[in-house]
Order: sequence, then structure tokens, then C-alpha cells
Amino acid sequence: MEQSTAPAIELKGISKAFGPVQANKNISIRVMPGTIHGIIGENGAGKSTLMSILYGFYKADAGEVFIHGKKTEIPDSQAAISAGIGMVFQHFKLVQNFTVLENVILGAEDGPMLNTSLSKARGVLKKLAQEYELNVDPEELIENLSVGHQQRVEILKALYRQADILILDEPTGVLTPAEADHLFRILDNLRAEGKTIILITHKLREIMEITDTVSVMRRGEMTATVKTAETSPEQLAELMVGRKVLLHVAKEAANPGDKVLEVENLRVVDEDKVERLKGVSLNVRAGEILGIAGVAGNGQSELLEVLGGMIPATGTVRVNGQEIDLTGKNSDGQSRRARGIAHVPEDRQHEGLIMEFAAWENVAFGYHHEAKYQSGILMNNAAIKADTAAKMERFDVRPPNPKLKARNFSGGNQQKIVVAREIERNPDILLVGQPTRGVDIGAIEFIHKQIVALRDAGKAVLLVSVELDEIFSLSDRIVVMFDGQIMGERDPATTNEKELGLLMAGITDTSNAQMEAKQNG
Amino acid sequence: MDFITFIQLLDSTVRSATPLLLACLAGLFSERAGIFDIGLEGKMLAAAFFSAAIAALTGSALMGLGAGILAALSLSLIHGVASINFRGNQLISGVAINFLASGMTVLVAQHLFSQGGRTPTLEGNARFEPITLPFADALADVPYLGPIYSELISGHAILVYVAMLTVPLTWWVLYRTRFGLRLRAVGEAPEAVDTAGVSVVRMRFAAVLICGVLCGIAGAYLAMGLQASFTKEMTANRGYIALAALIFAKWRPWYALGACLLFGFLFAIETRFQNIDIAGFILPVQFVQALPYILTVVVLAGFVGKAIPPRAGGQPYVKER
Amino acid sequence: MDKMPAWADAVLVPLFSIILAAILSALVILAIGESPVDAFKLMVDGALMRSAGWGYTLYYATNFIFTGLAVSVAFHASLFNIGGEGQAMLGGLGTALVCLFIPWPHWSLAILGSAMAAAAFGALWALIPAYLQAKRGSHIVITTIMFNYIAASLLNYVLVNVLRPTGSMEPSTAVFPEATHLPTFRDMFSTADTILFRGAPANVSFFLALIACVVVWLLLWRSKLGYEIRAFGFSESAARYAGIRPVRITIIAMMISGALAGMMAVNATQGEAERLILNGTEGAGFIGIAVALMGRNHPIGVLLAAILFGFLYQGGAELALWTNIPRELITVIQALVILFTGALDNMVRMPLERLFLSLRKKEA
Repeated sequence: MEQSTAPAIELKGISKAFGPVQANKNISIRVMPGTIHGIIGENGAGKSTLMSILYGFYKADAGEVFIHGKKTEIPDSQAAISAGIGMVFQHFKLVQNFTVLENVILGAEDGPMLNTSLSKARGVLKKLAQEYELNVDPEELIENLSVGHQQRVEILKALYRQADILILDEPTGVLTPAEADHLFRILDNLRAEGKTIILITHKLREIMEITDTVSVMRRGEMTATVKTAETSPEQLAELMVGRKVLLHVAKEAANPGDKVLEVENLRVVDEDKVERLKGVSLNVRAGEILGIAGVAGNGQSELLEVLGGMIPATGTVRVNGQEIDLTGKNSDGQSRRARGIAHVPEDRQHEGLIMEFAAWENVAFGYHHEAKYQSGILMNNAAIKADTAAKMERFDVRPPNPKLKARNFSGGNQQKIVVAREIERNPDILLVGQPTRGVDIGAIEFIHKQIVALRDAGKAVLLVSVELDEIFSLSDRIVVMFDGQIMGERDPATTNEKELGLLMAGITDTSNAQMEAKQNG
Repeated sequence: MDFITFIQLLDSTVRSATPLLLACLAGLFSERAGIFDIGLEGKMLAAAFFSAAIAALTGSALMGLGAGILAALSLSLIHGVASINFRGNQLISGVAINFLASGMTVLVAQHLFSQGGRTPTLEGNARFEPITLPFADALADVPYLGPIYSELISGHAILVYVAMLTVPLTWWVLYRTRFGLRLRAVGEAPEAVDTAGVSVVRMRFAAVLICGVLCGIAGAYLAMGLQASFTKEMTANRGYIALAALIFAKWRPWYALGACLLFGFLFAIETRFQNIDIAGFILPVQFVQALPYILTVVVLAGFVGKAIPPRAGGQPYVKER
Repeated sequence: MDKMPAWADAVLVPLFSIILAAILSALVILAIGESPVDAFKLMVDGALMRSAGWGYTLYYATNFIFTGLAVSVAFHASLFNIGGEGQAMLGGLGTALVCLFIPWPHWSLAILGSAMAAAAFGALWALIPAYLQAKRGSHIVITTIMFNYIAASLLNYVLVNVLRPTGSMEPSTAVFPEATHLPTFRDMFSTADTILFRGAPANVSFFLALIACVVVWLLLWRSKLGYEIRAFGFSESAARYAGIRPVRITIIAMMISGALAGMMAVNATQGEAERLILNGTEGAGFIGIAVALMGRNHPIGVLLAAILFGFLYQGGAELALWTNIPRELITVIQALVILFTGALDNMVRMPLERLFLSLRKKEA
């Protein structure tokens, strides 16, 4: 009888430090069986670290874990699985060129021969599919599946291992709203069957929609645990950041001028011969911010990469009325910069910065040919360092040390270095991708203000973000991308999240019925 | 070229291909598990020396084979520790292993035998002698099929047959067993293996050790089957060519057999002919010697199809959230 | 924060690695029944105690500076050039052609011509693997190894069939004309009373190697090209973002690398042999790998590591001459240095990092 009263999971006093950084501080939490418990917090609040400890990825410095009332040691993933814990990571842990079936049995095979395991799994999968609306073709290769279906495979993996506690880390980040709805239906079914679910997210809406209880994390600490029914989004937001947040950027109405950037019928085919952009046309005027909304992976990245000179494309792009080279010798990033295009890339760690370079070397990155950085045939390192020190002061980069390697700055400060470098070139066009991903709240406000200031100075800004909030608060116009195409344009003043959500799922009025059928198939 | 010459050429092809094939399959296990192994060359060389040395000292080819395998295994262990435990650069580790084998074999050979880095010539039971298959002599006179059976199929050292059987065995292990599934997974997505509760380190070590065993057999065959002693640098780049064959074979066992036979054929031509006369144009001997290496470059240049290596190949596995 | 200061990473890691390599080498010498102490004394005696010994040590060091720099430049672009040996052979061919067929009035002009030819031939030999890597994704490690062997065959063909003087049985060219002979250290530093560097092959190319160190340093850390090479080496995706073209950098970095390896021939072929012979490179291309790794791909480090390996090489020759220890001992040491500095560096680094972390904690 103890089983029914003991919490499915109880953590007592969990602490974990990485070097000088305290990722988790004395965290305690109780989750009752058959409930959905949300954990909400900003990026870097320590949510993922906590769950990684629960899944045996990290060893906690202090604290205890109880599963169904029993003290449990979790030194590795194997132990977590035996304790009945299943985890769906933000980045799926699937073997791309294996079938669904092979992925499901991997590590949970029956005996040394594959055939027996495969035929058994086939039967189990069929049953699970019916029970929980988890339909996937077991013989299909993972690389041929949509992101939503891949996520189902991850859930199937956990269920196949008879997990009764399921942890999902930011599960909706890569899903369309429709796919997210489907996921929540699955979670509902699982709860009804008595499974315990922990949902990690930074989206308040999801917490309110599905969880029974919710814990808030801030800077490695658990600041509150409340019943979802007894709280409000505003209260949670305040608990998350420790102060009242301005969700909207204060800005005047736009004063658009001439078309600075004109894109017509842009097409990109990638190395695997997949068409990533299928004839995109848009334009951005001086003095306005065009926001591009969409679920990650629908061509927004490629659009930025083409305009930034990172990949070739076909079609026509005009900057200030003059056509630019999309495939030839003048299609690289240097030529783009020469044409007045600056680019804050989506991935600052792999594109925007060289993590092993010092801050000053990064400030010249992409602009290392500029005359002011040269002295004779050599580079004028002293000039670059001086410039860096000045930029660091203006953008409040901490610590303000030009000699520090990029990787030793926090995410927000790294992003400030990139933004400072690009904005201070005073470009005609600024391309911005995910400007505040992994950036703390304070830096977000600062970066948003800089982007708006550039717009007010009469420059064109093309913003790509998967955060609808960000799109809403910055954009003067919004276009939605889906499957390499533009689904439509909306005015942020008159549209709403639901309307954009449908567009992001590829549902315009005419294709509505079609897509519904596809989603459920 | 008459029929018998052609059969003899193929016979020589099989013998030349054997060490390549074993090394290639060795590399296949390692690279399928995500560990690049440029040290096949060194492992074979060490195995060749230690097998010949022990065979010379004990008079037993089997003891020699055991010693060869142990020598290759210990180098595998170094590679494993460097690239799996300490997440070192796998290419550099492989290069170091090749130099280590190259230096140590001569050093120890000189110490043991004082013959300028050679072992004494192996005779009798200290070698793997050719095996005559049943009826080989009786059937030798049957036109066409006779020579094919008695010359080409029969009359090889036992290790040649072992190498050939390793091909289906590798295929079976890779695609029909739990071990194979995990091995392939660990080379494609180690994080998937890790989160499924299987140790990445253990899987990769298993692969690296299998690689060592196969290299050991390859080296033993070189010194005790193909030749009858160890000589300095006797592997003559076979380890690197095996890697090229592996890429050519797209990391698949049956294709590996084909690729190794092709390279074996080039070696056979090189040993049999000096200058090659093609319609009056004479190819110099140096060109014929360089032919396997030139072909390797052509293969690597992808003029014969693009190969996609295991996705996690060459990268140490670091746990990430 | 970095776990340990940059100087510790640059100095302590190679230092501990070389100590580990030395201990293991001593064990190897013990195992083959010789005394490591005597062996070390003999090496020091033969390589460092007389000016002639230094003359050999610095001669070898000159080769290793060139090949070490070659490997370093490629490493900075994240390319592993194992083809230094072949590129040096081709450099030899370039040097030989220039010395044999151009009537130089004076060595000072000849060295310039031969350096340029050696660099050009070496660079061209690196061009093909570089192109195949950049355009076709062929693994540069394997292609450069193959090109070593193709180079050996090519050189063999040229020496046997083309450049061999009629009547000679040896696969080598004729001796280069007198005017191309480079001044040796003996010519440069001996006075009427004291003869220094007697019989030693060290020559004026040593100073060319020193210049190469400075030029490579300027190139990597003071020029746009070097900036681009290093950026590309750290992150290809970021390089693409910054408008640095991967194909261009791969090819240029490899050609510079090949040119440096090729220039070794000025020392070995023009300076020492004074004719082109088979295997005049003596494995220096491979030692360049150990030198680059130990020198942390920095010209100063390369210079020091090259001198160390010059000492080992000359000392090893002495050992082979006076004891039963073959020259291959040096190959073993070289392997151990590569292993510890290049592949097991984390094994050395991790305890050091822990040490510095605990020191810092104490301070705080």
C-alpha cells in the first residue's frame, strides 16, 4: 500500500557544481504518481542538469533520489532505465540510419540474436501505438521521419523499456503547434494509465495547459513548487526571473522607407538533393523589422545563410536595387559585407564566433580585411584590441577583457560581442537569427533595444526567431515560413498566436483539410 | 597470356589480398564503432615480427600466431586508451603506433637475432604451409576446372581460408546479432547507445580489440604464410591500402572482399611483371610499383562513387545533455 | 575561466610528455640489455660536447625545422600533412634541376633559386592531395601517405632513367657545380687557428630555417591569411560565415606546408649531399610530425623541438656506431613523443588541470 502514497520521484537536497559554477543548489522536489509535473525556468537555470542527474549522466555532489519511496542510486543510464525512468531529450538520441524498430530495441534486446528481439518488438510497438496514439511505421528509417514522429520513437523507446516515469526536456521546441497538441494528447493518455511525467520547458503556456503541479527554477535553485490550478502565468514569470518582466519592447511605430532588400523566387537544394527553399520571395524596407516566424528547420536558416553568403542559391536578390551574386565568386560572406549586409548568425558558437579566439580576434571576424585593421601587409592587432575595448564598454560586455577567449564568456556576453561587431558596422541590412537563444533576460532586453535602435536609424532588419514572443515584440511585419515556403504575411497588431501557429503548421485556409488528414495519418 | 598464367596471377592475387582483407575487416570493426584506425599498418608490422620471432624460437607456427595477435592487441589497447579513455586525436595515435611498431620491431629483432632487423628464415612447422585440399592433385588435369581448383582454390595456407571465412562471419555479426547492432550504433550515434544504457566505452573497446586480433592474424600471415621471415617494414603500406579499400568498400564486409581482391590483383601484377608493354608503349617498373598507391588515390578521390563514413567516426564521445 | 594558465599548457604539457617518453625509452634500452645512463652519456658526448657534434645536431635540426613548420602550418588549418617526406623528395628534385641546369655565378644566388624551386616543387606535390581533400573530401592523411610512395617511385624513375650520368651505376644525379655549394659552419666560423665544426654538414641553410621560423610566425599571427588559416582550422562553419573560403584555405595552407617541407632540400640536397640521391630525406618528413606536436605548432616550439630531435638523431647515430642499439631507437622515441604530446595529451593535462584547480581554490 505504500506504493500508492509514496511519491513516484522524490529528490532531496540535490547539489551539483561544474568547476566554479553551481548548476544545482540544494534542490528538493516530490512528484506523485499519475501526475504531470512541470519544471520551468530560464535557459541556464539548471533544469537540464537536474534531469541529467536523474538519468545518470552526471553524479550529484550531494543529495538523494527516492523512486517510489525507495532510495535509489543512479550512477548511469542503465540504472535509470532499471528504475523505470525514461527520458526524451531535447536533441533526440536516435541512430539516423537505423529503422524505428532497431532504435527501439537498441540496448533492450532479448538475447544475442537480433531476429527474436525484432519480432517481439514489432508486436509490442503495435500495442503501444493503439494504446497511446503513437503511430509510426516500425520499418521506416529515422532519417525519413518528421521531427514529430522521431519524438514519438523516443517515447516508444522509453515505454518499450517499461518506463513508468517519463521525463521530457523542452519537447515542443521543434514541433508545430499541431504536433505539440498531439504530443499533449499522448501525455494525457499516459497520465491516465498511471504514468508519471516530468515536463521541462520554458514556455508558460504549456505549463498552464497540461501540468498538475509546477516547480520554478532560477539560477540553480528551486524557487517555488505550486499547484498549477492555483497559479497564473504572470506569477510564474515573476518567479522565473526574480522580478517583473517587460514582455514587450517599447518602440515607436515604424517609418518604412525604400525597399532595401528584395528577394525573388529563392531556391536552395542541399547536399542530399533536398529542396530547402522552394521559391521564397520577400522584401524589407529601410526602417522596418521583418520578422520570420516558423518552426525550426523550415528553411529560415537557409534563407539567412543564402543572404549571409554561406551557401549558394538560385533566384534573384537585390540590395538597394542592385542584384547580388548568389553562386559565383562574389557570393561569399566578404562580398555580402561589402554590400552593407551584416549578419548575426543563428549559432554563435559554431558560426558567429571562433570559441578558441580571443575576444579581440573575434571582433575582427569577417571584417579582418577592413583597412582600419591593417598596417602595411600585416594586421594591426593593436587597433583591433583598442576597438574591442571600446565596443566592450559600449555594449557592457563582462568581463571587459579583450584578451579572454570567447568560450570563457557567458552566452549573453558572447552574443553581445557578435551583436556589437555587426551593428556597429552601421549596415544597410542586418540579418539576425535567434538573437536571444541561450541569453539571460538582462542581455535580451539590451539586444532587443539595439535592434530597434538600428531600425529607428533607418536600417532594414530581417529577424528570424523560433520564439513567437520575440517575433511579436520586435517585428513591424511578420511572415511565416513552412517547408521552405512563405505561407503568408500578417500584421503583428492584428494577428494572434493561434493564427500564426496554423500557418507555421502549413495550414492556410485552402490546405486545411489536406493537412489535417496528413497529420493524423 | 595463357590460361595457366592467368590462373597463377589470380592465385597470387588471392595470396596478396589475404593480409589486406584481414586488415580491412579489422579496420571495418574499428571504424564502424567510430574509431579511426590509421595504425593498422603498425599493428600488422608488430604482429608480423612477433609471430615470426616466436615461431623461430619455438618452432611452432601456432605459438607464433598467438604472439602476433598479442602484439597487435597490445597496440590496440594503446590506441583504445588514447582515443577512447583520454579522447585523444585518433589519427595522431595511429601514426604514433605505426612509428612505435616500426622502431620496436627492428630494435627487438636486432636484440634477439642480430641479423640487421630480420628474423631467421622460418621452416617446417614454424610456417603456415600450403594446404592441399582433397582431390586437388587428382583433378589437376581436368581442363579449366582442374587448374582453377588445384591451383587457385587449393594450396593456400590455412590463414587464407580463415580470412575468406571472416567475410561472411563479419557480415553475420554486424547485421544479425545484438553485438553488431550496438557496434554499428556506437559508430553512428554514440549518444543513442549511451542513453539506451549500453556503455560506449565498452563497445568501442570491444571493436578496437577485435581489430587487434584481425591485424594480428594479418601480420602473422605476412611473416609465416606469404613469406618465411620478418624483414624491416615488410608490411609495405598494406595497412594504408587496407584503409583505402575500406573506404572503397563503403565499410561493408562483402564489398571489402571485392576491394581487397582488386588491390591484391595489382600487387600480383607488380610481382609478376616488371615493365608492362601496352601496344608498344612501355610502362616503367617504377610506375607499376606505384600503381596500387595511385589507384588508392583515385579510389579516395571518389571517382568510383561517394562513400559516407560512419557519422561519429573519429570523434571522441563526450556526454552531452 | 580556463582550467590552467596558457603558459602551463604550452610548457608543462610538452615537458611532462617528453619526460614520460624519456622514461619509457630508458626502459626500452634496459630491456635490450644496455644501460640507459651510458647511452645518454654517449649521445650527449657525440652530439653536444664537440663542435662537430653540434654541426651534425644543427644540420639535422635544420631539416626538422622545415618539416616541423610544414606540419604546423597544416595543423593550424586542421589538416594533418603526413606527406612531408614526399614533398621533401620533390623539393630535392626541384633543387637538383635548378643547381644542375642553371649556371649560377655564386652560392648566394643559387640558394635563392634552389629554395624557390624546392618550395615550388614541394608545394605542387601537396597541391593534389589538398585539392582532393577540399573538393572531393578524400582523406588527406591517406592521400599524403600515398603521395610519399608515389614520390619515391617517381624519384626512382627520374634518377635511374633520366638524371643519372651516363656510365654511373648509382641512382643519383651528378655532383652539383662548385658554385652552388653552400658554405658550411666550418667555412663560416673557423678561424686560422681553430677549426670548428670539422667534417660536419651544418651549413648556411640553418639561417634560412631560422628566417622561415620568423616568416611563419608573422604569417600565422600577424597576417590576414594566417588569421584565416587559424579561423578555418578552429571552425569550418564559422569560417564560411566570415567569408573565408574553405577550398581556398585548404589549398593554400597545404601548399605552404608542402613548400616548407620541400625547402628542406636546400639543406639536405644542396647543402649536404651536393647531388640528388634516393632517400635523401631520411624520414625527416615524419619527424616533422613529432617536432610540430612537441613544439605546440608554434615556431619557437618547433625550433626547440627540432634541436632536441637533431640531438636525438645525431646521438642515435653515435649509439648505433658504438653500441648494439640500432638507430631505430630514435623512431621509438619519436613514436613516444607523438603519442604523449599528440594523442595522450589529455592523460598528461588532466592531472595538471586538477592541480591548478586545487591551487586556485586554496588561493580563493
